[in-house]
Amino acid sequence: MANNVFVYCEIEGTQVQEVSQELLTKGRKLANTLGVELHAVVAGTGIKGKVEDQILPFGVDKLFVFDGKDLFPYTSAPHTDILVNLFKEEQPQICLMGATVIGRDLGPRVSSSLTSGLTADCTELEIGPYEDKKNDKVYDNLLYQIRPAFGGNIVATIVNPEHRPQMATVRSGVMQKAIYEGKAKGEVVYPEVSKYVSPEAYVVKVLDHHVEAAKHNLKGSPIVVAGGYGVGSKEGFDQLFQLAKVLHGEVGGSRAAVDAGWIDHDRQIGQTGVTVHPKVYIACGISGQIQHIAGMQDSGIIISVNSDPDAPINRIADYVIVGTVEEVVPKLIKYYKQNSK
Amino acid sequence: MALKIVVLAKQVPDTRNVGKDAMTAEGTVNRAALPAIFNPEDLNALEQALRLKEQNPGSTVGLLTMGPPRAGEIIRQGLYRGADTGWLLTDRLFAGADTLATSYALATAIKKIGDVDIVIGGRQAIDGDTAQVGPQVAQKLGLNQVTYAEEVLSVKDGKATIKRVIDGGVETVEAPLPVVITVNGSAAPCRPQNAKLVMKYKRATCPMERPAEGTAYDYLYEERPELTLNQWSVADVDGDVNQCGLSGSPTKVKAIKNIAFQAKESKTLTASDADIEGMIKELLDEKIIG
Repeated sequence: MANNVFVYCEIEGTQVQEVSQELLTKGRKLANTLGVELHAVVAGTGIKGKVEDQILPFGVDKLFVFDGKDLFPYTSAPHTDILVNLFKEEQPQICLMGATVIGRDLGPRVSSSLTSGLTADCTELEIGPYEDKKNDKVYDNLLYQIRPAFGGNIVATIVNPEHRPQMATVRSGVMQKAIYEGKAKGEVVYPEVSKYVSPEAYVVKVLDHHVEAAKHNLKGSPIVVAGGYGVGSKEGFDQLFQLAKVLHGEVGGSRAAVDAGWIDHDRQIGQTGVTVHPKVYIACGISGQIQHIAGMQDSGIIISVNSDPDAPINRIADYVIVGTVEEVVPKLIKYYKQNSK
Repeated sequence: MALKIVVLAKQVPDTRNVGKDAMTAEGTVNRAALPAIFNPEDLNALEQALRLKEQNPGSTVGLLTMGPPRAGEIIRQGLYRGADTGWLLTDRLFAGADTLATSYALATAIKKIGDVDIVIGGRQAIDGDTAQVGPQVAQKLGLNQVTYAEEVLSVKDGKATIKRVIDGGVETVEAPLPVVITVNGSAAPCRPQNAKLVMKYKRATCPMERPAEGTAYDYLYEERPELTLNQWSVADVDGDVNQCGLSGSPTKVKAIKNIAFQAKESKTLTASDADIEGMIKELLDEKIIG
């Protein structure tokens, strides 16, 4: 049966990445709305019997496991061949993948091959109608691919009326994963890799592949102290690290702070960085572009420290402290130490 | 070996420095209020290309860009830093392109240029942040791709060895030429403009950049053909109009809006000791922080 929702599941070794599980949960909801099945595809080496239990519980009706030599570490062409040829057979209406290094390498390659539209870094996905006024046509049940655009100054809703699959990538942490409570078929198939991938596809060789465990737990931290351009310097961030340390939290930064080189790229919060949902978010010297807000708006309590009382982020803050980061942060540390325990 | 290298470069509005007048009252982008710059990661790519040229005698570097006539500036910026040539794709029929139609146009131009060994561009452009054009160009040309490159370590025996950044780590890959490479912002920054090259090329323009009534330098363009930059239309690259611009774009924009923040009821405090201590106590009392 065609017309289903597909999720490409990414792996490191035999570990299914969290972003893929988050997308399975989202994909299940979309499939339910559309009244179709949720299918998943995973490709790697020596994964048979090791990945199924990490994928099926999220409500998958059918899982395609491609297990073959040289499918891990990932290279572009073999994985592209798998998806392109599988999609030619299966004719899915939607395909979701992580907006990771792999997803952003693979997605465009597949979309170009199938001439289907692809929207990167979506922050919301919904199903709805679309009226093409120019051609006087109405489409039901299209995938709304919603993302901040133009450096995060606007939010755009993108649709692909005529081309299938409708493809979208989503960053890690944007969707929330949950074991599916309903019933799903849970069928697993193991197609023969050589029927999908040509031998010439394996020409790029991975000479060395080195992945380290994350240096920090920004995504899962209950307290996040984030700094923006208003922090003023790399030294200014030392204070934020001190504050995070006493609060047992983690430090993040806005894109402006990352671009200025004050904080590592892997700590960037926002649409093109990490999305966080902490209990407490302390924004220091962050003005609040949409691109940043998209990555932290679901935080519990938001405290904004900013010398500009009209900074856009203040509109979504629970507490606005009007003052410089330099002046306020040491006081936060001091009074927390004095009053806690 | 001598390499023919094409750098994909884009002129973009500087979305990193958006002022208060960057948005119109209707919530659309006021492009005129944003300065046009050389896309930052494309500069990282240009640097890698120029290094390869130095390491491989006889190599050439050309910039390929698509945009309105004023995007000829991108080619000049490349020439000032050591590139040899450039091509501007400019035609109303290219306008309104999404990433797929853009990659179609670029791929057709690369075919027209011919015998290219390395196509290299930035990972993504700051006005779209999609990172899609590089891989889509590679697919359209049937070439291998290496994305998120940090350094092209070497090119020899028809193979490029490339260090790339991946989620949580690094990888070294070897890819046979021809190959499409996209370069990450963490790669080496681009060298500055060379004063001699600026003097040499400052009058270099595409025909469409020149005023119809002519300029005081017209005699120069007759004497020095290198000052006339290549300018190509859809027809010049034998492009299929249906795959270009708006009509070649599968994605459509349904709606664009300025986000209206759900304004919360917030407490505004000063930076005084009393205010800050009061807030900390409140958060502790409510067990929001431990």
